[in-house]
Amino acid sequence: MRLNVDAASVVRCRELAAAIVAPVQAFIAQHSTVSVERTVLRLLGVDGITPQEIPLPNAVVDALSPQDRARGVAPAFGRALAETGLEPQALVESLAAEGYDLSRFANAPEAAARGALEPYVRRGLDSIVAQREERDARLARLPQLPPPLLYVIVASGNIYEDRTAAVAAAQAGAQVIAVIRSTGQSLLDFVPYGPTTEGFGGTYATQANFAIVRAALDDASERLGRYVMLTNYASGLCMPEIAAMAALERLDMLLNDSMYGILFRDINMKRTFVDQHFSRMLNAYSGIIINTGEDNYLTTADAVDQAPAVLASQFINEEFAHRAGLPDDQIGLGDAYEIDPDQQDSLLFQIAQAQLAREIFPQAALKYMPPTKHMTGDIFKGHLVDALFNLTSVVTGQTIHLCGMPTEAIHTPFLGDRALSLENARYVMNAARHLGDEIAPRPGGTIERRAQTVLASCESLLERVASLGLMHAIEEAVFADVSRAPESGRGLDGVFARAPGYWNPFADALTPAQAESRR
Amino acid sequence: MTRLVRPYGDTQNDGKVQLSFTLPLQWSEAADEAARQLVAKMGFADVQVADGRPIADGFSFFVVYAATPQSVDADAIEAPSASSHAMSLEEIDAFVHERIGRKIRVAGACIGTDAHTVGIDAILNMKGYKGDYGLERYREFETFNLGSQVAVEELAAYAKERRIDALLASQAVTQKGSDIKNFTALGELLEAEGVRDNIVLICGGPRVTNLLASELGYDAGFGRGTLPSQVAAYIAITLASRFRSGGAHW
Repeated sequence: MRLNVDAASVVRCRELAAAIVAPVQAFIAQHSTVSVERTVLRLLGVDGITPQEIPLPNAVVDALSPQDRARGVAPAFGRALAETGLEPQALVESLAAEGYDLSRFANAPEAAARGALEPYVRRGLDSIVAQREERDARLARLPQLPPPLLYVIVASGNIYEDRTAAVAAAQAGAQVIAVIRSTGQSLLDFVPYGPTTEGFGGTYATQANFAIVRAALDDASERLGRYVMLTNYASGLCMPEIAAMAALERLDMLLNDSMYGILFRDINMKRTFVDQHFSRMLNAYSGIIINTGEDNYLTTADAVDQAPAVLASQFINEEFAHRAGLPDDQIGLGDAYEIDPDQQDSLLFQIAQAQLAREIFPQAALKYMPPTKHMTGDIFKGHLVDALFNLTSVVTGQTIHLCGMPTEAIHTPFLGDRALSLENARYVMNAARHLGDEIAPRPGGTIERRAQTVLASCESLLERVASLGLMHAIEEAVFADVSRAPESGRGLDGVFARAPGYWNPFADALTPAQAESRR
Repeated sequence: MTRLVRPYGDTQNDGKVQLSFTLPLQWSEAADEAARQLVAKMGFADVQVADGRPIADGFSFFVVYAATPQSVDADAIEAPSASSHAMSLEEIDAFVHERIGRKIRVAGACIGTDAHTVGIDAILNMKGYKGDYGLERYREFETFNLGSQVAVEELAAYAKERRIDALLASQAVTQKGSDIKNFTALGELLEAEGVRDNIVLICGGPRVTNLLASELGYDAGFGRGTLPSQVAAYIAITLASRFRSGGAHW
């Protein structure tokens, strides 16, 4: 299938996205956050919790004086390593009695601090590379089925039940498993610790939980002869920490949007912009495919009206991702099948939007989300709507396909719901596997005209965002009818300006040019 | 008067139902028989396992048809709807202007850790739902949408401070009864603050019914498919009757 889209307009949209992102990127370069600094500690090998169950990376960063924090945790931590000769984890554990305060280590010169840190920086980076190479080797030995990659969620609240559900889903045809997080986790300014068995609407993302499901899926992959991917959520207040943990435990995808937390979780925009950049640098290096969250625009506002905003956000997400060093095939730009199913020709509009994204982002790992907003509890109609969604996905060549559940809006999926959903997708996609190669939209017809309208409206929207500036445009509710101010929202107190002498050894190693030379 | 009803398959009173479920059993003919016996133990007759198949190692899925001998008296059912007063936006605005004489202050939020704002947004946001405008569009409503993941303490304090006339608490996530706990906690907090009677307290969500709402001590509950004008009419009529009867209000 091929649409007659205006190539000059696509070029113009990319130029506008670059102009929109540039000033935000300048802000990012001058700031850091508590979550970024905690990520540095995690990558240096600091893990575990205090007797009060505060994660050790939080305890150390929270104990920094404002002056020390402004230079990043690395210089102070490097001095402590140099003066004590301890390993990172042992050092932090030895500081329990002093409230994890690093300020008494003030003597080691900068070169000694850097030298003491260097082997652990290398160890952290090497661990990530080892997992990336492990994934590549497994994918070569256990090739995936062709896209659209069938993706389902598990969400029992109990990681051991999730493990059972994940393996069952893989056997039923799932190629990607996401463990949905407990609904409150995005607002926690720390990452919970250890295996967890209680959660609401999902299961806490912890490093131990990642490892439990990864091991089960590795085992299932061997039995099935195809690699089954694991996904979690690098969103909320701990984006870069989750990215680090996911890199170390070999997750394959992460939800990771540059604006989602701002719009839909009321997380401060400065916090989000800084955090998303460092998390994406890590994702780029670890070979993790990011999934962006444009589908959310369509669930909270009208799906037809919001189509240009979805495309505009895809351009912006692509630009932020490129600036963090992500290659196109690791950028899973989001879209969703959310037009009212009772609207005449809704299928044509859906095909137009999905095909438009496919042609504008030809190498991207496009992520297509299922209908949710108009799912009512009528499981029979829902199963039919999902079938047309499945058809749209295979015809337009989407890459990552989130399977819709007939029981959407009733409960978090049952094991049997997932099996029905996967059967639906497998049937439709097998039956229509090459339909997209055989048909062409009628020139000047409904599909083509809709695509052209969306692109033209997107260009105007990007022009407006460029003239307002991205932060101000968000305040003006340009995206998803949601307004957020630059100084409002959660997590702003964790954002700080970098002082002269600021040092983040991982950010230095992972700037796109540096990371490229390390590969 | 008694009016006994049973499910209708193709004949009056045949009692036919369909069930589907998963058993943690490797599929075999014995698994089909296990499904049949289980449904028979539920009290059904004429059990037919129409489909039984493996869906994963150790799990099988079944579609079963059966007949129930049970019936209910349809005339003895009490589940009053809160959506019985059909009025248009213009009619509601005129009604509020005449009977209340000031704007009605409405606040709504997804409470607890719930982040599913589709429902509350459909009721409150200008755009509304299915062509029915949301409460923000009404001239006589002053609307505050507090968004998602609002703690019940925060919402109760807000309602008291802003002298909110109608409070809408929304819950989509129902896992392990979290919705009931949150709804209950909000009602108790408003009682403790001494403002419960001043407020038209409403809960909403895909699994909410008006019956559930009355059991929780709420004034009304609205479930899936609710239109904003139904909520608006309920608030206007309920508040107007409190004004008229000298009931509590701000």
